Amino acid sequence: MIRKSIQSRRARETRLKIYGISSICFALIMLATLLISIGLNGYSALQQAYFKVDISVNTEKFVDDSGAPDNNKMNLFNWDGLVQSALREFFPEVKERDEKKELFAIISANAGYDLKEFVKKKALGSGSHTLSVWLHLSDDADQYLKGRLSIDIPEEDRRINNKQIAWVNSLVERDIAKLKFNKTFFTSADSREPESAGILGSVIGSALTLFVTIMFALPLAVMAAIYLEYFAKPGKITDFIEVNVNNLAAVPSIVFGLLGLSVFLSTFGLPRSAPLVGGLVLGLMTLPTIIIASRASIRSIPPSIREAALGLGASKMQAALHHVLPLATPGILTGTIIGMAQALGETAPLLMIGMVAFIIDIPTTFTSSATAMPVQIYMWSDSAERAFYERSSLAILFLVAFLISMNLLAVVLRKKFEKKW
Amino acid sequence: MTSKFRTKKVEVSYGDKKAIRDISLDIEKNIITALIGPSGCGKSTFLRCLNRMNDVIENCSIKGSIHLDEQDIYGPDIDPVELRARVGMVFQKANPFPKSIFDNIAYGPRIHGLASNDSELKDIVHNSLEKAGLMDEVKDRLNDQATGLSGGQQQRICIARAIAVSPEVILMDEPCSALDPIATAKIEELMNELSESYTIIIVTHSMQQAARVSKKTAFFHLGDLIEYNDTDKIFTQPENQKTQDYITGRFG
Repeated sequence: MIRKSIQSRRARETRLKIYGISSICFALIMLATLLISIGLNGYSALQQAYFKVDISVNTEKFVDDSGAPDNNKMNLFNWDGLVQSALREFFPEVKERDEKKELFAIISANAGYDLKEFVKKKALGSGSHTLSVWLHLSDDADQYLKGRLSIDIPEEDRRINNKQIAWVNSLVERDIAKLKFNKTFFTSADSREPESAGILGSVIGSALTLFVTIMFALPLAVMAAIYLEYFAKPGKITDFIEVNVNNLAAVPSIVFGLLGLSVFLSTFGLPRSAPLVGGLVLGLMTLPTIIIASRASIRSIPPSIREAALGLGASKMQAALHHVLPLATPGILTGTIIGMAQALGETAPLLMIGMVAFIIDIPTTFTSSATAMPVQIYMWSDSAERAFYERSSLAILFLVAFLISMNLLAVVLRKKFEKKW
Repeated sequence: MTSKFRTKKVEVSYGDKKAIRDISLDIEKNIITALIGPSGCGKSTFLRCLNRMNDVIENCSIKGSIHLDEQDIYGPDIDPVELRARVGMVFQKANPFPKSIFDNIAYGPRIHGLASNDSELKDIVHNSLEKAGLMDEVKDRLNDQATGLSGGQQQRICIARAIAVSPEVILMDEPCSALDPIATAKIEELMNELSESYTIIIVTHSMQQAARVSKKTAFFHLGDLIEYNDTDKIFTQPENQKTQDYITGRFG
């Protein structure tokens, strides 16, 4: 009898094990599929098509009467014309107006601006200079060179026509155009032109926002947790607070966005699209998560430690701050970082406070206009240009890498602060 | 003999449940008093009333009066923090802070501001360890984690920590229940030495321990104080039948 029941128990155990292993495998395969498909879509954004032009500039044109450099004159100068005439030198046969237009479409619309920035950065001395500059090709030429634009479809349905393809190929043959590492993606903010768009603006926006979030949410949450655990007298009010803290954790994030809109923007008149407001809203959103994690962590500290401190004549506050809190730190930090990771990936509340905006400047302060990484991804994935597709994939990879490193940090901090009993 | 504690009709209840009833006893100065009785008889509850550790417990209410040196410790002008500096406590389970040995002992003096500089603090720590008979064992590793010591040593760290704030009374709640006989012997020896300068009240499950160390013994049963007398008397000619039954092992 017993032997029979043991056999069936064993069989059940084995089955359970198989279920467990297969579900883990399934999850891993899904994750791998996701990452690989995003990676395959995004890796090509690491490269960008550039072309080389030799340009001569006379800096005498950009000084005012006293001889000091004049930015205004520099901005007014026809840089586009300079690039275009340099390009036309490669193709002297292009004469007609329409044809010229087509030719200029293979280079970035921002090429002139980029050239100006390049010259500005060089800080050339006075006189005439000849420069060799690599500038962006247009996103269509870029996609063509990467083989991402199919040329099998009829010419009129394509974003790049046969003539343009021939020009691009001719540039490549002459070694004037090639794919190079896409530095722009990592050093600039958003742009209408995919070739000039980068994630740095949104990365800094996210960093500023998260900084506000953590500075706002962590102290508040820890204080609330200590109060609820050690000071609050059990009763209806405390129960009410507890239930509501737990409820807050389940409130859809867009509601926090609405709250931020009506409180921070309308009532307090804080600036729109600012990391300060975004951080406060995300802070409110992560507050319950951190409170719950902190309370669990504080509760897991053996009460004997607190009794020891109280028995020595420490006040409640001293017992909490000197003994319980340091021991609860690893748990609190883990909860905080999980909350931060949640906040980092959040888009909805930011929509409500205007952080979904086309911002081409890299934010420098907590009140300058900014956007955040998930919002940037959302906006790029909404764009028509093929080149934004690969860029949003690469940005997703970056966001995931950011999240993984935050979680790693949580593990490391936990290990570091954990005390052996 | 002068009495250190004087309790009158102390009654403690947790919510609706009465833990102890009508406890009136005087505890003498500079001797060891043992509180014995079966589990759940209220002896620990009574002990924890003496330094108001019960305040921490929710829905615990206390009636009656407890006087320490003629001062009502539940009176309005008494701060539990100050009281606990005068009445130290050693717990059932050794609970050193997960810090260095030095920091463990120094914590009390630090929060009460007993030392004005580092060398004074060092003196207090050394003296306390000396009094707790630990100095020779730990003098080379004062900066090591206290939690790395053996169970008996950890308990003596806790005693040294209590001594460091120079209390008048030390309450011990079954301090040896988790220790082996050798460590227990050391702690009992230590208690004997300490009783010259401190009033010690110990809760113990071991009747032998009560008989060995204490001068007076109180026997609790189901929340009542059954008998309180000299230890010799209690163990040789108890007046109450229940005491007789308990010490001869008929129940409990």
